[in-house]
Formats: sequence, structure tokens, C-alpha cells
Amino acid sequence: MPANAFNGFTEYGIGIGLRVPHYRHILAKKPVVDWFEIISENFMVDGGRPLEVLDSILEQYRVVQHGVAIYFGSADKFNREHLKRLKKLVKYTNTPWLSDHLCWGSVDGRYTHDLLPMPYTFAVARHTAEKIKAARDFLEVPICVENVSSYAEYHASEMTEWEFLSEVVEQADCGILLDVNNIYVSSQNHNFDPYDYLNNVPHHRVGQIHIAGHSKFEKYTLDTHDHPVLDPVWKMYAHAVQLVGSTATLLEWDDRIPSFEEVHNEALKANNFRDQQLAATAP
Amino acid sequence: MKRSKPTISEINNSPRPPRKIDSRAELRQLQRVMTGALFRPLTSQWGMQKRWTDGAPMKVLASEFIKPNDRLSSFERLEIYNRQYWFRVLDCLYDDYPGLRAVVGERRFMKLATAYLTKYPSDSYSLRDLGNRLEPFLQEAPHWAAPREELAVDMVRFEWAQVVAFDGPAKPPVTPDDILDIPPSKLLLGLQPYLSLLELNFAVDDFLIAVKKGESEALRGEASNAMDGAPKAAVRRKRVRFPKREKVYLAVHRHDNMLFYKRLDQEAYAILTSLARGDTVEDACVGAVTASERTNVDWSAQIKEWFDGWSALGWFCRKL
Repeated sequence: MPANAFNGFTEYGIGIGLRVPHYRHILAKKPVVDWFEIISENFMVDGGRPLEVLDSILEQYRVVQHGVAIYFGSADKFNREHLKRLKKLVKYTNTPWLSDHLCWGSVDGRYTHDLLPMPYTFAVARHTAEKIKAARDFLEVPICVENVSSYAEYHASEMTEWEFLSEVVEQADCGILLDVNNIYVSSQNHNFDPYDYLNNVPHHRVGQIHIAGHSKFEKYTLDTHDHPVLDPVWKMYAHAVQLVGSTATLLEWDDRIPSFEEVHNEALKANNFRDQQLAATAP
Repeated sequence: MKRSKPTISEINNSPRPPRKIDSRAELRQLQRVMTGALFRPLTSQWGMQKRWTDGAPMKVLASEFIKPNDRLSSFERLEIYNRQYWFRVLDCLYDDYPGLRAVVGERRFMKLATAYLTKYPSDSYSLRDLGNRLEPFLQEAPHWAAPREELAVDMVRFEWAQVVAFDGPAKPPVTPDDILDIPPSKLLLGLQPYLSLLELNFAVDDFLIAVKKGESEALRGEASNAMDGAPKAAVRRKRVRFPKREKVYLAVHRHDNMLFYKRLDQEAYAILTSLARGDTVEDACVGAVTASERTNVDWSAQIKEWFDGWSALGWFCRKL
């Protein structure tokens, strides 16, 4: 039974990101994993080893695509070649939904390869929602947009980030990939209460949750994905599960990547938080 | 270091951030300013430059569109993104071009890569393509690789060919049935798109093998948008002797999805490049043998051996 209207895949449970250092272990040992999240752009290639690995993974596991370069928030029109290749991959993996970030990262055809924060204005929300709808219509797959971590805010913004996220997803009628670590990181950098964010996004649109580790520096917090998940983020995750119900959850670990077992064990901790919260809220 | 004054063109082309963002045009304007700031090279201390392209203080420009907070100024917040951009792209080139790094030296490599990306920012959604214009850049600005300009160009061609061989497209190989009744005088054969044929002035293949020996495979973060440290620091490595000038013909390809490079005889290279140009098998072979200076070669046997080998490797595909 889905927890909400955008969460038809509640049974997906806890996934982990498919990363190069783990390929050999996964292909040889075939560990039990609920699902793998792949970075779409790493497999939008014409041939060779990446597609061979993907074929082997698809034989054994469920795969969900997560992108890093659609840039719904860029003023530019979509890169058509990018979208065509993405659609080809969507058909290939049969991903039940596709996620990418609520951000921008390119202008005039030049790419920063970063996930840059949006100015939170109504005009930008309209523009971004139109692009999400256009992408969904072209790709023919449900889309969830992920909130990014940020280190800067614009004077031009007219609303909070969570108001902007809500405005965009309501106008686009799409799902949310709620990254609770990103909310925490941004709350530290912009002095807001992360629970205000969690409490005020449309919970019925949350189709997936991300958790990850971050790094604290003297004057700011960075979303580094190179540590285990920290306590404040686990607490936020528990609260998020209370709000949105059982939801497909993924642990991101992208730098200083430890062994597969260590990453998987960290991901499976999410089960404990999820089960406790669901038991507490059961009728 | 004395700062050079901005040119009139730089002043006229120095975008300023919009005060409000009520339209796509204003969004684009903001994104142009921010991208312009990110793409400006860092200082030698890995910080953001103090002046904008028109000579105005960068802290003034940053304060026009970025809010400060209780710990960081507008300048410092923008600087985080400026640093992340350069750490990410330099790290990527550092990992993907170990041969070029060895040719020009670690410190020089960073300067070369910065100059390259300043002139040719990424035009692809994929970091795979980040080095796709290194060869023209080195042809246009050879001083970045001095005194080993030619070796650097050979190495970049070789390393880009490996990118193509790794995940480039493959077409179905020709089968005996495809060519059964076609005489060599009419037979056209295509070459796999992932196969690159290189005529080089240095044995960069042997050099790169020596360079990579002992180097641990670097791992690159994939989905995090954070880079928490400067690009990889120069590591003291045993210097590999630079290759002497010699003509080398190389095929860079893959087999069973593993990357390989294979030395070719000059005549074999001539045949393959001739086929790639669209010549018939007969014209390609006759042209190569006629141009050869080698004598006492049983060309029929030699050519058969080459074609058997290339067919076994799956290099031939149908010519469209």
C-alpha cells in the first residue's frame, strides 16, 4: 500500500548508490540489496564497460535513476541530446521514477557540473515547473525533484526554500525526493530550523528520501557524502518518516567510499528508524 | 603581482546581476553573472579573485546578488562555489590525463588545465567530455607544454582515444555472409567508432604504461555537489624517462569491454586509414603496398594475417 499518492513504490525499502569501487564485489558476491540508485549520466553512453555492468545489475536488481545534470532551473532550454539519451536509458532500465535536482548548473551551453541554488521567486518557480512538466512529458516517467544543499542565498529571493520547493512541485504536479541531509546542511548555512522545512513541504508528494553524511567546517557545513549519517540527520529522517510514511530511502556515499558492507550496513540502519516510527504511528 | 587593467571589451562584457528576477531573461542574467564568477580562475592561494572583469571589487559585485550571513560575507559565500568548481574540474582532468601530467609536470599541469578550462569551459553535461578540446588547445597555445609541445599533443590524442575506446559506440561486426560475394575491388569496410588510429611521433604508449605503474587508481565522487579540498596535491613520483622521437602507429580499441592499444606496422596503418576514408579493400591494400619501402615481404600472406587479426578483434563493421 503506497504511503502517499506519489509513493507507489513503498516496498522498495532501503537502496544504495551504485558506485565504481563496489562493482567487482556486487557482480561477484551478488549481495541482497533492495535496489540500486544509478547516476543517469554515468550510463548515458554508447557502449563499453558501463553498459556491460548495467546489464549485469539489471539482471539481478531493481534500479532507480538519479540524475545530476538536467538542470530544471537553468534559464536555457533543455539540451535535446541529453534528454534523448536519458529517455533511451529510462526505457532500458525501466526505472519506476526518475529524480534530479531542483537547481541550475549551466547557462549558454556552458556547464559548471555543480548543483547551484535557485533564486526563490514566483517567476522562477513557474519557469522551473514548466521545464519539469516538459521533461516528464518527453521522458514518459514520473519525476521527483530533489532539494539541494546550498552555501549561498540570493537577495532576489521572495520566499523560503521550502515554499519555493512546494510552489514548484504543486505547479509541476510532480514528486519530491526529500534529501534530509541537504535540509540539515542548508539549515546550518542559512540559520533556519530544519524541522520548519520538513513540516512545511507537501508530504503527499514525497516519493523518495535521501540520507547522507556531511562535514562541518568553522564557518559553514558542506554536503560531502564522505561520512556515515550523523545523528541530527537520523533524527530528521525519523521525523520525515512520521510525516510521509514508509518511503523508498537511499544512502548516498560518494567520496572516501568504504567497503560495500560498510555502506550497506549504514544504509540498513534506516530500517530501524523507519520501523520504530511506523510502529509508533500505527493505529 | 601587478594586476593588468581590464580592456574596454572586458568592461563592456562584464555582466551585472539583476536586482529582481521576474522573467527568464533576468534569471539568465543572474546565471551568467554567477557562472562568470565561477569560471574565473582561483588565485595562487586557492581563493576567489579580488576584482571582477571590469576591475570593480569582487566583494561589491558579490554583495549585489548574494546575501551575507552572520559568519560569511557575500564574497566568501560565492567563493565556496568558485572553489568547488575549480576543485571538481581540475580533479577530473588530473585523473583522466595522467600522461599529459607526466609530460608537463604536476605543477605545470594545473596551470595548463586552468588555462584550458578558462578558454574552453565544459560544453557537455558529462565530465567524460571535459578534455575533448585539449588537442586543439595545445595546438593553439603550445607554450603551455613547452619544451615538449609535440609530445604533449601526442599524449593528449592518445588519452582522448582511450576515452572514446572506453565507452564509444559499437556497431555489429561484419560477418562472412556480409562480404561473401563481394570482390576486394568493390568491398567497402567500416571501422568501429570506438577504434582510433593514431600516427604519433613518440612512443606514448610505453611512456604511459611506465607512468601508470605504481599509481593507485583514483576514485572520483559522483553525486555529491561538494568538493572539500584543493585538487590533488602534487605527489613526488619517480620520474619516467621521456620517450625519444620515433614514428609509432597505434590502434586504440576495446575487446570484451577491456581497453587495449596495439602497435601497427606503417602499411597496416595505411590500409586501415584508407578503409576509414572509404576506399575499397583492394585500393587500400594496393596503396599501402605501393607506398611501402619494405622489400622481401610476402604481402599476400602479411595482409591476410592482418585482416584475420582485425576481424577477430571485431574492428570491421558494415560501411553505411
